[in-house]
Amino acid sequence: MHRPARLLVALLSAAVLLASSACSPEQPAAENRTLKIVYQKTDSFTALDTLFKDAKKDFEAVNQGTTVELQPIEANDDDYGTKLALALRSPETAPDVFYEDTFKVRSDVDAGYLLKLDSYLEKWDDWEAYSEAVKAAGTGDDGGIYAVPLGTDTRGIWYNKKVLQKAGIAVPWQPRTWGEILDAARKMKAADPSVVPFNMYAGKASGEGSVMQSFYELLYGTDSELYDRQEKKWVVGSQGFTDSLAFLKTLYDEKLAVTPAEALDANVWKKVFGEWLPQGKMGAVVEGSYSPSFWQKGGSYEWAGYAEDMGVAKFPTQRGQEPGGVSMSGGWTLAVGADSKNPDQAFQFLATALSKKNSLAFTIASSQIAVRSDVAAEPDYLAANPFVKDVSELVSVTHYRPATADYPRISAAVQVATEAVITGTLSPREAAEQYDKTVRDLVGDAKVLQK
Amino acid sequence: MSARKSIRQQLRLLPVVPSVLLLLLFLAAPVLWSFHASFTNAALTGRNARNPAWTGVDNYARLLTDSAFPASAVLTIVFVVASAIVGQNLLGLLIAGLMTRARKPVSAVVGTAVVAAWVLPEIVAAFAAYAYFSKDGTLNQLLAGAGWAGADWLYAFPMVAVVLANIWRGTAFSMLVYRAALADVPQDISEAALMDGASNRQRLVFITLPLIRSSIATNLMLVTLQTLAVFTLIWVMTAGGPSNASTTLPVLAYQEAFKFGDIGYGTAIASVLIVLGLVFGIAYVRLLKGANR
Repeated sequence: MHRPARLLVALLSAAVLLASSACSPEQPAAENRTLKIVYQKTDSFTALDTLFKDAKKDFEAVNQGTTVELQPIEANDDDYGTKLALALRSPETAPDVFYEDTFKVRSDVDAGYLLKLDSYLEKWDDWEAYSEAVKAAGTGDDGGIYAVPLGTDTRGIWYNKKVLQKAGIAVPWQPRTWGEILDAARKMKAADPSVVPFNMYAGKASGEGSVMQSFYELLYGTDSELYDRQEKKWVVGSQGFTDSLAFLKTLYDEKLAVTPAEALDANVWKKVFGEWLPQGKMGAVVEGSYSPSFWQKGGSYEWAGYAEDMGVAKFPTQRGQEPGGVSMSGGWTLAVGADSKNPDQAFQFLATALSKKNSLAFTIASSQIAVRSDVAAEPDYLAANPFVKDVSELVSVTHYRPATADYPRISAAVQVATEAVITGTLSPREAAEQYDKTVRDLVGDAKVLQK
Repeated sequence: MSARKSIRQQLRLLPVVPSVLLLLLFLAAPVLWSFHASFTNAALTGRNARNPAWTGVDNYARLLTDSAFPASAVLTIVFVVASAIVGQNLLGLLIAGLMTRARKPVSAVVGTAVVAAWVLPEIVAAFAAYAYFSKDGTLNQLLAGAGWAGADWLYAFPMVAVVLANIWRGTAFSMLVYRAALADVPQDISEAALMDGASNRQRLVFITLPLIRSSIATNLMLVTLQTLAVFTLIWVMTAGGPSNASTTLPVLAYQEAFKFGDIGYGTAIASVLIVLGLVFGIAYVRLLKGANR
């Protein structure tokens, strides 16, 4: 290229760039509207993609002239949350309907990202099928409903019967106290030193998994809790917090769980589902009610024998105190963007996606616990996998995360404490003290309750 | 006459106008925005997401009380000194020096091998380094073949692993710079010194190094600034872990801004990183001026 030509090209491209950034986005014509849908899709989680593809078909059939644009984000939970939040920051990129984690609902309502749905829900007949407890998941601080739950989950102990039987433990197994878990785990280790007897996640790499499927089962089974809902304050200095860390330390120190190095690999759960449990190299793990979705036909780690080999037990309380078990629940919702140009149609799409037919298909495909009473009563749902009844019963002992705007950082501080304990950097007491200090720094002394 | 001359001189600047505009748009603007955001409580979610408020130097005050920050700043400096200033720079000089003496095929093979790591996109290089150092990775398999038990390098020695990976990845740049510089060293001076009975070491210290001093300064500046900004390599290999043991400032800034949604605090860390880059930059520019005197 000759020099003048090169200059010309450079100048032109600069001009085009400036011009394009100066242009304002085109307004959609009234008759040719587009709805932008943002959701998560991964190699092992395609149920949602299927749901939205079906909903798109249903919706476009009755709404001529409206195009539904599906924009799946391929990322893990953390990265999905970040990408969604970045898209929501600007009205130009904000989606019309999106997949939203229940624990982010409140802070995103605070941010003004979500549209209040009360007036739409009044006119939506299906809303009656949702129970009050379920509706709470999408409620903002002002009492309005901002998101409609897609499904929920519970967490319990998933154990491989063969590994337990080899160690002489009778199945079905139901430990009553933390001590009984350790006893069983030590027996398994003694029977076969190569198995990982009882895994609980820990450390920052597993993110929310380290707290939802591990630490909170311990903490909420002691006499203390993370957050005092009456006082609206974060609890610090509790014996239960230190005891929970000490339990994790015992598991990791006695090599009853995976090695600390494995625990700090963000992909450890894939090995749990894909290798260790199916191959009988792991005795038990604390995991979610969605576990069968990985093993059933079409799942990422198909395992024909899971229905016979696996069992579910309630996670016990520390000393067997009432109510005798602990579970944690989370779940995801659908929400409408506050900046949607077609909020009526956006809600209509949301309702289509959550119709009984679509909900049922999604609930079964992703092994969710149904949130619609009419779906929960369907024989297909009850027969979806052999564990539906067991994991649904855990709802009676379940807890929800305190989903305030401070929660993500508090959760991160808990993850840091678990990581420090399993790697041996700090003793349980030191790690608890460090956590207390972090919480005080984060939320201020006024929002802290010393126990 | 002089008016025409000055117009011609100004016209000469015309070709750089587009690149200056692009730099302003894509480099200066984000830096300024980030600097501005570091004085606010901008966030990804929560009350301040859409209407951040000016909080003055709160974010910087928090840096001083945050225990993660000094540790991370020290790790950043360790990373830069060990992998760029010492590792890439010295190794690059050594390889370049050896290549001038080596036979052609040898130097061609070595050159290709070194440059190969540099040609890889950063994400590919990062995965390659991860595959090499991970527990079941190449390194441990090689060690096992030789009868030694390896370690879980990324977990037990995360900083060593990322420093070595960055040296592997970046040495090619220094090597190319020094090859060019050494080729420009006039042979006759070196030969004259040889005649005067100077040893190899003396010729290196008193003849070669002073002659390529400006190349050294330029190279140091470039590799330092490149290494300060390394994010992908560390993020893929260790994600800053275990327990922040390899969290350099770019990783910390990313975590704060995007994992915890605290854009204000994250940009404050980024601003510190910019200042750190400026300090290194100024030091090298002074060195360069000294070299040109």
